[in-house]
Amino acid sequence: MSLLHLAIIAPFIIAVFVPLIYKNIKSVHTGWFILPLPILLFIYFSSFISKTTNKQVTMESFSWISSLGIDFTVKVDGLGLLFALLITGIGSLVILYSIYYLSKQKEKLNTFYVYLLLFMGAMLGVVLSDNLIVLYAFWELTSFSSFLLIGYWYNREKSRYGAQKSMIITVLGGLAMLGGIILLYNMTGTFSITEIVAQADTIIDHPLFVAALLCILLGAFTKSAQFPFHIWLPDAMEAPTPVSAYLHSATMVKAGIYLVARMSPVFAEDTLWMGLIIAFGLFTLFWGSFSAVKQTDLKSILAFSTISQLGLIMSLLGVGAAALHYDQPKYFTVATTAAIFHLINHATFKGSLFMVVGIVDHETGTRDIRKLGGLMNLMPITFTIAIIGTFSMAGLPPFNGFLSKEMFFTGMINALHMDFDWSIIIPIIAWIASVFTFIYSMILVFKTFTGKYQPEKLEKKPHEAPIGMLISPIILASLVIVIGFFPNIIKPILVPAIETVMPMYEFDVHISMWHGFNTELVMTIGVIIVGVLLYLGLNKWRGIYGIFPEKLALNRFYDGLLDSMYKGSHSLNRNVMTGSINHYLSYMFLFMVVLIIGSLFGQNAFAFSTDNLAPIHFYEVILTLIVAISSIALLFAKSRIVSILLTGTIGYMVSLLFIVFRAPDLALTQLVIETISVSLFLLCFYHLPKKLTDDPVPVKVRNAVISVGVGLFVILVGLTAHSTKLFDSISQYYIENTYSEAAGKNMVNVILVDFRGFDTMFEIAVLGIAALAIFSLIKLRRNGGKKIENK
Amino acid sequence: MIQTAVTIAIICLALSMLALVYRIIKGPTLPDRIVALDAVGVNIVGIVALICIKVDTTAYVEFILLFGILAFIGTVAFSKYLEKGVIIDHDRDR
Repeated sequence: MSLLHLAIIAPFIIAVFVPLIYKNIKSVHTGWFILPLPILLFIYFSSFISKTTNKQVTMESFSWISSLGIDFTVKVDGLGLLFALLITGIGSLVILYSIYYLSKQKEKLNTFYVYLLLFMGAMLGVVLSDNLIVLYAFWELTSFSSFLLIGYWYNREKSRYGAQKSMIITVLGGLAMLGGIILLYNMTGTFSITEIVAQADTIIDHPLFVAALLCILLGAFTKSAQFPFHIWLPDAMEAPTPVSAYLHSATMVKAGIYLVARMSPVFAEDTLWMGLIIAFGLFTLFWGSFSAVKQTDLKSILAFSTISQLGLIMSLLGVGAAALHYDQPKYFTVATTAAIFHLINHATFKGSLFMVVGIVDHETGTRDIRKLGGLMNLMPITFTIAIIGTFSMAGLPPFNGFLSKEMFFTGMINALHMDFDWSIIIPIIAWIASVFTFIYSMILVFKTFTGKYQPEKLEKKPHEAPIGMLISPIILASLVIVIGFFPNIIKPILVPAIETVMPMYEFDVHISMWHGFNTELVMTIGVIIVGVLLYLGLNKWRGIYGIFPEKLALNRFYDGLLDSMYKGSHSLNRNVMTGSINHYLSYMFLFMVVLIIGSLFGQNAFAFSTDNLAPIHFYEVILTLIVAISSIALLFAKSRIVSILLTGTIGYMVSLLFIVFRAPDLALTQLVIETISVSLFLLCFYHLPKKLTDDPVPVKVRNAVISVGVGLFVILVGLTAHSTKLFDSISQYYIENTYSEAAGKNMVNVILVDFRGFDTMFEIAVLGIAALAIFSLIKLRRNGGKKIENK
Repeated sequence: MIQTAVTIAIICLALSMLALVYRIIKGPTLPDRIVALDAVGVNIVGIVALICIKVDTTAYVEFILLFGILAFIGTVAFSKYLEKGVIIDHDRDR
């Protein structure tokens, strides 16, 4: 257990003490006690920057289940460190923000901070684990804590719905990922990412490779809200805003991105990986930005915007993977740089934007852009932050979004170097999506802060937020500007991260604000011009959203799927579990017959030989005939008394057959038991209707078919068993030793009480239990079951 | 000689039982059936006795005695059921 392990586990440990602090120290907001932890962790992780810059990787192992190859191995390399800094850094800001956002009096702060700390620890575990199983464990813990946080206001219907939805979708992906991990283990024999990467060249030809690739991608896509799994993210906006800012923009949704980046050295050798990531990423990029424009809720806009930006990063990672497949890798490696760079930028501006929306919500009581407007003069600082954030999101200079958007265009234009016919579509979609991004960014800021002020629609009288609430977004917004002007200051973090994703290439990253007059700049100018025009004419073309049929919406599909799964399993249960013994027996017998007859003939195991058969006497034939006739007549008996009489006849005949086959003890017992059973049946008759129930004809036919089948299978099995005797019976031993060993001449009785007395003992026990049970059934009922219950 | 005679006698009794089973199935009234069952019992006793001779053993003699009793009890039970609808009466005191 090293300090690194402690750093990951620290949030969990603190989480244990949060309720104690909350209960005992009422005067101070609980958040203040939490705040030092992420700050300390941030400082601690910052100390690794110098190491990773020198390509030093820190690995610490802690034995967990070593016999299964599962160790809690922590690895700090460029990529892990970048994420760890994001998690702890933004985590600190979000906790600071939440102290002012969540009221000490109204909210249950203890649960909130416990969930948040759980999440923070889990997320650190995901990005720093080198062991895939440990990674998976933390991965599920992020899903789980996210579920708890989305459902924080659990008395709201929508919160519960959103929490359930996100849980179902992310756990679906998580399980698929576990499948992928196990497949990887099958191929390589290790759970360690480092060792799997080392074996990447050998496993690419493995037959399980593609399956593992698809499973891992499914996990990454569901977590990172890629199309069509993005539907959980907008519904997750029911969470408190600090949670949305932290989980659903900056950290958790990037876990999928992290996974793709981390696994790139393993899978990127395969073009399928590249193709899928580019295709899904681009479509998500387009669909997210397209859908964001029609939203009226500020957080929904941000949610779809997050989806779109995640798609952007994903597609960039895909284009970056192309470097392995084409001649001139330098065209494509820029895309990887852009991906990681945009990842950082997105975390900064999206975090600040969520906080801005939270402030607006907090101060006005609504997030609906139709009610908002003209807040510019009332909330100048918030407005400034919003301008910075949205302009960065739209890709305008001089903010950091501009730089990464330019690099994004570069990457997408360079994707034209891929030699397939439709590659031109990649930059076109990217450009269109950027136009939409520009439009919703403008909607976000201008519909909220400019235009007409409508105080009558607002629940509260808006005013500027308290300074404590503004600190975090101000820090993030300053980062947006600082990175925008001096992008090279984050190089020590950026470059090692990129080199982790693409370890085979050298990166000489140089980002500058002005990189000459080129195609990318033209594209950006195009985005601005077209975007402005479209924004101004928004009301004229907004109708196109009505064209898209509501029926085809993915949420409808999801709800319908859940609903039909519920109804389907319900009706399946109702149809199969009818409560009728007749049906259950039919299933059992049918499957028994089908399985055994099927396997008898399928395995060619049926045997019939006439050796070892005894001669048949004529009277035996007649006696058997009597049994057969009585049995058949029993089936067609109209009244109960006749059926009892026939049962008695059969029983007596069987005892006669025992005589014929020389079993006097059996015959005696059979005789007595038969008489008692018949009397018992008669005893029951007093309470039963005289006539037997009439089944409809189809049921009779079905039952007849099944019973004929059962009879046939018993005959077949009996004949086969008789025809394939593999060795002699052990009865010779009993014949020889009955008198000498056990001092008895009746062999049956000696076996029952001497050689195999244990069986007899338990048969006696069975009879005793039956007698007691009958007694208690009758007695308890006579005394009145209700009375006993009441006592 | 005796073996052949015994075998023929068993066959005759078996055939007679077959005929009795026909009566049990056909009826037409319940007492017909009960009497037929009683007769089946008597036939069984006969067959068992013949088998004793045939295989030269006394092992089945107990069976004959027991069956004599049980066939009687069975017939009485059925008759009582026919008469009263129940076999075992409740105590009259209650």
